[in-house]
Amino acid sequence: MSELDLNDKMSEMLAKSEANVENSEKTFVRPEDEIREVVAPDGSIIKVNPLYDYFSGERPQEEKPRGGIVEKFLNWARAESIWVLGFGTGCGSIEIPPLVTPRFDMFRYGVQMRPTPRQSNAFIISGYLSVKTLKRVIRTYEQMPSPKYILALGSCTINGGMYYDSYSTINRLDKYIPVDVYIAGCMPRPEALLHGFVKLKQLIKEGKAEKANEYARNFDEYKANQKKIIKDWNMPDYNW
Amino acid sequence: MSIYAKLAYSFIGLMIVLNWGMLMGATMRKIGARMAGRHGIPFKQPWLNLLKNISTRTIITHGVMYYIGPVFRLTGGIGIFLFMPVIFTGDPNGLWTNFSFSGDLILILYFQVFGMLGMALGAGEGGHPYSAMGIARGLAQHAAVELPLTLAILSIAIQYDTFSVYKIVEAQQGGIMNWVLFTNPFAAAAIILSMLGALGHSPFNLVKAPNEILIGPATEYEGTYLGFMMSAGAILHVMEAVLFMNLVFGGATSWIELIVKSFLIYFWSVFVGMVFPRFKIEQSITWFFKVPFALGVLAILMYSF
Amino acid sequence: MKELIEKLSSKYELQEVTYQRNNLVFAAINKDSAIDAVTYLRDYEGYTHLVMMSCVDWIEEGKLQLLYLLNSPSQKNDIGIRVYIERENPEMVSAHHLWKSIWTYQRELREAFGINFPGSPRIEENFVVEGWDDMPHMLRDFDTHEYAEKTYFPRGNRKTNDPAEYMRAKLYPNQPVTAKQRKDDK
Repeated sequence: MSELDLNDKMSEMLAKSEANVENSEKTFVRPEDEIREVVAPDGSIIKVNPLYDYFSGERPQEEKPRGGIVEKFLNWARAESIWVLGFGTGCGSIEIPPLVTPRFDMFRYGVQMRPTPRQSNAFIISGYLSVKTLKRVIRTYEQMPSPKYILALGSCTINGGMYYDSYSTINRLDKYIPVDVYIAGCMPRPEALLHGFVKLKQLIKEGKAEKANEYARNFDEYKANQKKIIKDWNMPDYNW
Repeated sequence: MSIYAKLAYSFIGLMIVLNWGMLMGATMRKIGARMAGRHGIPFKQPWLNLLKNISTRTIITHGVMYYIGPVFRLTGGIGIFLFMPVIFTGDPNGLWTNFSFSGDLILILYFQVFGMLGMALGAGEGGHPYSAMGIARGLAQHAAVELPLTLAILSIAIQYDTFSVYKIVEAQQGGIMNWVLFTNPFAAAAIILSMLGALGHSPFNLVKAPNEILIGPATEYEGTYLGFMMSAGAILHVMEAVLFMNLVFGGATSWIELIVKSFLIYFWSVFVGMVFPRFKIEQSITWFFKVPFALGVLAILMYSF
Repeated sequence: MKELIEKLSSKYELQEVTYQRNNLVFAAINKDSAIDAVTYLRDYEGYTHLVMMSCVDWIEEGKLQLLYLLNSPSQKNDIGIRVYIERENPEMVSAHHLWKSIWTYQRELREAFGINFPGSPRIEENFVVEGWDDMPHMLRDFDTHEYAEKTYFPRGNRKTNDPAEYMRAKLYPNQPVTAKQRKDDK
């Protein structure tokens, strides 16, 4: 898009974001993230809102699949090459390194680990999720490109597991982000995790793993649930 | 040959090199996996990765300079291919000599650095601090690699009194003892050592290794851009091996010979990589300034009097 | 350790002395002279290493009990100084001039029990839980199960096969166990 369009878009987003900021989270924004005025090199004064800079003011869009035989072919390619983000969120992430060992080799299934959310399309939420980690998980999940898949590992993501009465871990994961495959157990063995990957591949090939679109459709509901438990919200509404 | 036939043959050659590069990468990973006792990735994995990367539905962009990273890298790879005579058939305007001309050695050396510089612009525009750190390390290491490499190549150019890769390959025909490996051993040794740094495997893979600062320069790239960079990587691996094959190991007279020789040359760096751990950047730069640099200087001195 | 206790009791008033092992003894000192006693133990008796500082909630007696556990590397024995403070707006003198590392424990107690240590470094910041706005969560009248049910959308239909709960239901059917049941019982 041209320079002019970018400027218009940014000033529009700035106006929207100021209205947003005024009714909520003023107390938790860090000092370097507040709205401030900057003097440009040519002397003009620019108003800057670091939290909502560039494109963070937008909502997620629903990306419809192309359909037909092209989508089937692409889904086959996506299923055979799953790149998992290397972010171990809880105690279940101890079950992921055995998959790299010769006994439960996951490279035969086409599953590889990547270090950055920009390049991965599957995310394993392993074990209990405390409120502190949920904030980081949401930020990471929204940075991944669509189509993206979530595997929920362990019983704590289903109904709270053995931490169901704790004051800082969540009970149901799919109130906050949409989940594709649940793998039950405390902890599930690596063979169970591989079975979960096989199930995920089956779902992708049938075209039913479109939870990223569901996140975009019910964005307000998910966001309300997230903001209800994350009380020190100091990020944009949609981080991408 | 008319220009259209030349373009068509160049395009076919590029496709062969791209596919062979991806297959060679998969084979090397499979060999590494077998050494670790695993089965490893299936052979069709690089093509599936490329298809999956192309088919992402959302993509982010950071501005115009952000596109320069993958575009320059792919341009560097294709540029090296277009100006290199890959198959020697005795005819300077043969089928697979692409667009080589009499000064193309300097141009090919230039194209090697081209990709890294484009990556620097793109990684800087991406705005991630880890990309900037990664590309600073990458450029520093590349500068250190180029020093013994250029000295050795200049020594070969002085020895055969030409700057054209085709003439150097022609002078090596007629038996193994005509190879530069045996007629100019110092330059060959310097090239073989600096080849390890150019091909980017352990112990010189600090820039690209996933366990280091995220993934180095390519941290913010996703989707189609990543697909571009991975195919550019595949082409570059094969073309670096072909360059060294043409300069030191006698060139190839058919595609089978090219495939076998480039596999063996690339396998040398993977073989070293399987055994040795990673160097830090200051260690790798000082390593290049010791033995390979001395060999390069000796190679120049031998042929300049 | 008996000589040590005799020396201490000649300087300060010791309330409950417990000889747990031959190298571990606990003594309770009142709040105003506790830091004095700890300083004396650190400087003159060789108990230079702070093992930990923690807190126990005695809700039936309406007090919080702080514990300073000190260790002497040369004599290889431990002494624990217990201090009783009140439960409403609890406050205690900070000991960060004696051991710099005590600021972590004091920050944790501020978040968990609500005890204020004026002057301790970074005492106002959160320790582990971010954005906490309810009462301090380690006090025994905070019902964590009720908080979890209220805030975190429980799925319901939970069945448990915990052997301890099964046997408790069989052998002691009508006695209150959790804080909620104790509240309902009253």
